[in-house]
Amino acid sequence: MSAPPYQIIIGLEVHVQLATQTKLFCRCSTQFGAPPNTQTCPVCTGLPGALPVMNRHAYELALVTARALNCEIPRYTKWDRKQYYYPDLPKGYQISQYDLPMSQHGYLEISDPQDRFEPKRVRVLRAHLEEDAGKSMHDEVAGRADSRIDLNRTGTPLLEIVSEPDMRSPLEAKAYLTELKLLLTYLGVSDCNMQEGSLRVDANVNLWLDVDGERVATPIVEIKNMNSFRAVERALTYEAERQFDVWEETGQRLGDVPKQTRGWDDNACVTKAQRSKEESSDYRYFPDPDLVPVMVTDDQLAVAESQLGELPAALRSRLQREYEVSAYDADVLVNQGRAVVDYFVEAARVSRDPKKASNWIQRDVLRALNESGTNIEDFGVCARNLGELIEQINDGQIPGSRGVEVFHQMREARSTLAEAMETLGITGVDSGELIALCQELLAKNPRVVSDVLNGKEAAVGSLIGQAKKSNPNVDPALVRQTCLDLIRQQST
Amino acid sequence: MSLTREEVERVALLARLELSPDEIERMTSQLSKILDHVEQLGQLDTTDVQAMAHAIEMSNVFAEDQLRAGLSRDDALSNAPKRDEECYRVPAVLGE
Ligand SMILES: [Zn+2]
Repeated sequence: MSAPPYQIIIGLEVHVQLATQTKLFCRCSTQFGAPPNTQTCPVCTGLPGALPVMNRHAYELALVTARALNCEIPRYTKWDRKQYYYPDLPKGYQISQYDLPMSQHGYLEISDPQDRFEPKRVRVLRAHLEEDAGKSMHDEVAGRADSRIDLNRTGTPLLEIVSEPDMRSPLEAKAYLTELKLLLTYLGVSDCNMQEGSLRVDANVNLWLDVDGERVATPIVEIKNMNSFRAVERALTYEAERQFDVWEETGQRLGDVPKQTRGWDDNACVTKAQRSKEESSDYRYFPDPDLVPVMVTDDQLAVAESQLGELPAALRSRLQREYEVSAYDADVLVNQGRAVVDYFVEAARVSRDPKKASNWIQRDVLRALNESGTNIEDFGVCARNLGELIEQINDGQIPGSRGVEVFHQMREARSTLAEAMETLGITGVDSGELIALCQELLAKNPRVVSDVLNGKEAAVGSLIGQAKKSNPNVDPALVRQTCLDLIRQQST
Repeated sequence: MSLTREEVERVALLARLELSPDEIERMTSQLSKILDHVEQLGQLDTTDVQAMAHAIEMSNVFAEDQLRAGLSRDDALSNAPKRDEECYRVPAVLGE
């Protein structure tokens, strides 16, 4: 596959719902899934005379997120009215932020553990607080072509995070979204549930082409309706090819046509032109006279700073540094979320073998979690028990060949290591016992000893079966090693 | 400063107002007069006056994130020109 004759330029706008109990400017619930129009009040339905008041917690969550995105926090910020008519917008304007957003000029670092792109810093132009609109549902029942409006969601706090057009491939865009979602999850500022609309993504895309040594840009297209990160990746890939075809056909450049909005159709795997709202592109922003500005205080900044905690990027490098796991392993563990990292740290501490703890978690724990659909917090094998299992295998107390069996016994019965071993009839074989057994076997099999001394180490294999017959709890690998060690000691 | 007819038509469209040709004529002259009036402020010397971003001098008014009862559904829907048991009903929103 040859490289396409263009570069893709991608910027992303992410709307994330902040984890508050109540709305941004009134105290109605933000709970998802309530019956329609049961969570509204005069403020969020825009009744005359109602006055909005800023939700303190929403502002604080936005501040923490902005700092985690390395944004500057200007001292002064205010809220503006963005005016347009739509049935799900009862006031006729959305309260948003225009020229003085609460945060700006940050960045998020992305990289790919498989090295498919160079690590890079995606700049964040701004992150601002705004309110959500309601929901309109088209109703075809009985041929009545009405839309039904549910205003429960109206006024829900959103943080809009706008990136600079710094991504150069659909893969980079997906990596940015994955890293952003992970960061938000670590901060606990949003549940990031795309199905419930807590995280929404719009993309701005165009192409750079080289025309006789001159860089030419194609018109920017905004893509909407992408309801998974995978859909974002596919929509961008499709859109780049489509724009190249249009370029070849029309030669249209940036500025030749107004910005177009296209919707992603996940079933047909195409983007489709949306009704243009060019007359409404004039939002006539002005400062909302009902809301007072915010002058951020040193206290508020200090509190936000103290709530950052250890973020994914720092955690990845700490796992590599302190536990000597590979960059790839650190990435897998950190991407599973804070609870899995805590589980790893405890298992590594108890087992004193971080590498094996990481392997066990990736191979056995995560698979079992996936299959059963449980959280690590509810998992049958706690970190301490996994750590002990690894330690006892390393000490030869549990045959390595039976480790997985013990693991699943602990998981199913939610038992301790000792209980699982008892149920499975595994008793520890200490090294004294093991040496005595091997000495006995070697004495009975002088032929094996001479074969090994003649260079045929494989001859030891015939002793393993005999050893297991005599004591089913012995570890085959340890029997083999002990026998070889004893033969060498005897011969010197 | 005088407004053009086209500018008034555009403002009317943005405000979803349907104006007759007569009304457009009248609005064009009335709005122009209002703008002229405001224009007088331009005569003031504001070199030493700090730019103002908001008309209110108060700042940092917050409410705690605590639930409070709002409207019952029936109350919320009671003024709607058209409704059903659960929702406001409006003319079809064209497909997105
Ligand atoms: Zn409300």
